[in-house]
Amino acid sequence: MELKTKIKAEDGKQELVITREFDLPVELLFKAHTEPELIEQWMSNPYATSKMLKFEGKKHGSYQQQSTDANGKVVFSANGAFHEFIANKKITRTFEMENAPLGVQLELLGFEKLTDNKSKLTTHVIYESSAIRDQVLKSPFAPGLSMAHDRMQDIMNKLK
Amino acid sequence: MNLRRDVFQAIADPTRRAILLLLASQAITAGAIASNFDTARPTVSKHLQILTECELLKQEQNGREIYYHLNAKKMKEVANFIEPFRKMWDDRFNKLETVMKNYKQKK
Repeated sequence: MELKTKIKAEDGKQELVITREFDLPVELLFKAHTEPELIEQWMSNPYATSKMLKFEGKKHGSYQQQSTDANGKVVFSANGAFHEFIANKKITRTFEMENAPLGVQLELLGFEKLTDNKSKLTTHVIYESSAIRDQVLKSPFAPGLSMAHDRMQDIMNKLK
Repeated sequence: MNLRRDVFQAIADPTRRAILLLLASQAITAGAIASNFDTARPTVSKHLQILTECELLKQEQNGREIYYHLNAKKMKEVANFIEPFRKMWDDRFNKLETVMKNYKQKK
């Protein structure tokens, strides 16, 4: 099956662009990014349950998220701050994974209305360096892939 | 410079990317490749050596000349490494779509 999500990662650059068209009105696409309970639902997967520990969806606000495995063990935690929060148009935020040497990334999320029932999300991610970007691409650290999940578990276990 | 020999190091340099593009349509000799660049010939040779060590290029002897051509299989590695990451986001976004469709119905 063809993936609907497209990723543009040019050689040697420290950024990438993730685009995806949704079968949803732009208002609902935006809402999915503003309600903690909704974010938790779509960020969770069979291996990890996502939880928003803190979420202030507004300019100068910040967020803190955490994922736990079936045993309640924390397998992923991240945080960041919002720089822009414009309804149905744009979210600018930082993102930093805790306990991972991948630095801070800047994320610019653009929300676009295509038709009354279709919308497009363009996520422009800028990393500290092209080496870090490639590291992120090569090893999807986030829960969602059981392999990456296991690897992360090992790292977390070592930190304990 | 001699530490890493993989496709990612190979494509990190603009001259090497230009060489790969040049070879996309046909096999060319080292001399003909060098003539496309302002860079000194030994520099181009060094790039060809790195690309060969990274297995992105293959050499073929044809009479007195050595022809370089692309190793398509290795090039595919570059395209493939992004796939798990793309899959992760695709799964997530599919879920977002489902969650929001249910949300709409509940309202």
